[in-house]
Amino acid sequence: MGSRASTLLREEEIEEIKKETGFSHSQITRLYSRFTSLDKGENGTLSREDFQRIPELAINPLGDRIINAFFPEGEDQVNFRGFMRTLAHFRPIEDNEKNKNQAASEPLNSRTNKLLFAFRLYDLDRDDKISRDELLQVLRMMVGVNISDEQLGSIADRTIQEADTNGDNSISFNEFIKVLEKVDVEQKMSIRFLH
Amino acid sequence: MEDFWAGALWALKVWLYLIIGLIMVPAMFGFSLGISETYMNILVKTLEWATLKIQRAHADEQTLKASSSNGLIQREGGSMEKELEELRRSRPKPPVGGDFTFSDCFYFTRRGIESIVEDEVTQRFSSEELVSWNLLTRTNNHFRYISLKLTLVYGLGIIVRYCILAPLRITLACIGLTWLVIGTSAVGLLPNGRIKSWLSEWVHVMCYRICARGLSATIRYHNRENKPQKGGICVANHTSPIDIVILCNDGGYAMVGQVHGGLMGVLQRAMVRSCPHIWFERAEMKDRHLVTKRLRDHVNDKTKLPILIFPEGTCVNNTSVMMFKKGSFEIGGTIYPVAIKYDPKFGDAFWNSSKYSMVSYLLRMMTSWALVCNVWYLPAMHQKEGEDAVQFANRVKSAIAHQGGLLDLQW
Repeated sequence: MGSRASTLLREEEIEEIKKETGFSHSQITRLYSRFTSLDKGENGTLSREDFQRIPELAINPLGDRIINAFFPEGEDQVNFRGFMRTLAHFRPIEDNEKNKNQAASEPLNSRTNKLLFAFRLYDLDRDDKISRDELLQVLRMMVGVNISDEQLGSIADRTIQEADTNGDNSISFNEFIKVLEKVDVEQKMSIRFLH
Repeated sequence: MEDFWAGALWALKVWLYLIIGLIMVPAMFGFSLGISETYMNILVKTLEWATLKIQRAHADEQTLKASSSNGLIQREGGSMEKELEELRRSRPKPPVGGDFTFSDCFYFTRRGIESIVEDEVTQRFSSEELVSWNLLTRTNNHFRYISLKLTLVYGLGIIVRYCILAPLRITLACIGLTWLVIGTSAVGLLPNGRIKSWLSEWVHVMCYRICARGLSATIRYHNRENKPQKGGICVANHTSPIDIVILCNDGGYAMVGQVHGGLMGVLQRAMVRSCPHIWFERAEMKDRHLVTKRLRDHVNDKTKLPILIFPEGTCVNNTSVMMFKKGSFEIGGTIYPVAIKYDPKFGDAFWNSSKYSMVSYLLRMMTSWALVCNVWYLPAMHQKEGEDAVQFANRVKSAIAHQGGLLDLQW
C-alpha cells in the first residue's frame, strides 16, 4: 500500500533523527519515502547500486565519491539513520542555530562539518591528509581527458603550494580550512529543503 | 435455508437486470442516462469541500508555503560556469590556463546530493504525490487527523467504494470481457468484407465502452478531427494498460504486443479472429527486422486499422513523457500523436509494475473514486527531409508533452 513508508518509521525514531540532524518531522517522513523508493531490494538499507541507479548522479564527476561518503568505513550498506546523518550536512545554517552554543557536539551542518565532508571527498584513504596523488585523482575526474598529465601535475602542484603551510607537500584539514576561509561555504554547501 | 438461497438468487437477478438496463445498454449504444454525471458532480463537490477543510486546518501550520512546487528541495538555477566563477572569486586568477581550487568540488557535491534527494527520473516511476488529499487511504502520505466530519466522509467513502462500487465494476468488467471474446469470435466466423470490419469495430468499441463503465471512466476527447486514420500509426504516452481501453472507446485500433498465455491469450486469440491485430511470439520480438517488416506491411495496407504503439516502452506516472524508442518511427507511416492525461484527484491510474501485479492493480482501479482523463488528438506528423528517427521521435514527444501539460524529459 502507498502509505507503507510512513508507518514503518516509528515516532521515537523520528524524534531521535530530529534531534540529531535538525530536520523537521515532515522533512524526515518525506526523505524516508525517498529512501524507500531508492531501496529496490526492500531490506531497509541502501547499497551502492541503489545510488548508481540515479541517472543524474551517474553523470556527476564526483558521483562515486559522494556515494562513498554515505557508507561508513568498510561497510556496503547504509540504513536510514546513516542516510539522514549524511544529508544533514547539507542543511542550511539557520540564524537561531548560530547562537546556540550550549550543544555538547557541533551540529552536523556547521561550517566545519561541511568542510570536513568536502575534505573527505578528496582524502580517499582517510589518513587526514590530501596527498598529491589523491588530488591528482580528483582533478582527473573533474577535468576529463583533454588535459595532459603534465598540465594536470602542474595544476596539482600549484594548488598544493598555495595551501600547504607546513611544507609537508600534503594538505591537512586545518590547511584546508584556512585556504577556504573566504569562501561562502554555508551557502554553497547547503540545499534548501522545503516544508 | 431454502428461503435464504431463493432470496439471494432473486436479489442477484434484480442486480443483474439493473446493471444491464441502466449501464450496459446505454454503454453499448453510446448514450448516457446521466447517472455517471450525477455521481461525478457529487464527487467533485465532496472533494472540494474536503480540500477546503484540510487547507484551513493547515493554514496556521504553514510557515514556508511553497504553493506550486510539491518538491522536497528548491534547486538553484545557476549554470556550472557561473557557480564555479563565484566559488573562485576569493582567489586571484592564475596567469596560465587551467584553474582549480578546492572549492570547485562544492558545486558538484551539492548537485550530487540534490539528485540523491530528488531527481527528475526515478520519481517518475512512483505515483504522483498529491498536493491535497483526495480521501483515499492509498494517497495518505502525510495527512493527519483534521476533524470528525472529514473522517466520517472518509469512512463513508470507503464503504461506498468497496461495498457498492467495486462489486458493480467487477461485474461490468467481467461482462465486458466475456462479451468481447464471444462477440469477436462470432464476427470472426463471417467472410472477410466490409460488413465484417464494420461489425468487428462495433463489437470492439462496445465492449471497451462496457469496460470503461466498469472503471467509472469519464473520458473527454479533444480535437476529434485529428483522429488516427487507417494505415497510420497512433502514438501515445503510456501510463497503464488502461490506456488501451481509453483510446479504443473512440474507434478501432490494431494492437501490437507479445503473445501471452492464460486469460490475456484467450482475449488475444479472440480479437485477432475478427480483425488483424499484430501479436508477436516471444522469440520473434528479438528480431528487429522481422518486427519492422510486419508493422510496415500492416501500415501499407490501407484497409487495416491504425496501429497503436506506446513508444516509451514502459508505464510512467503521467507527470512527464520519457524518451521515445525510435523503432516505431522507422516504419515510415503517418504518425498520429495522442496525449493522454489522467486527473489524479479521482484515482491514481499509474501502474507501478514492480509494486503491483496486474490483478491487484485492476482491483485498485476499481476501488478508486473514478477515472477522469483527457485525450487530445494531435495533427498528423511525418518525418521531415534530413531528419533521422531519433529527432523525429523527440519532435513527436515534445508535441505530446506540450499538449498534455506533461514534462518533456531528456532521459
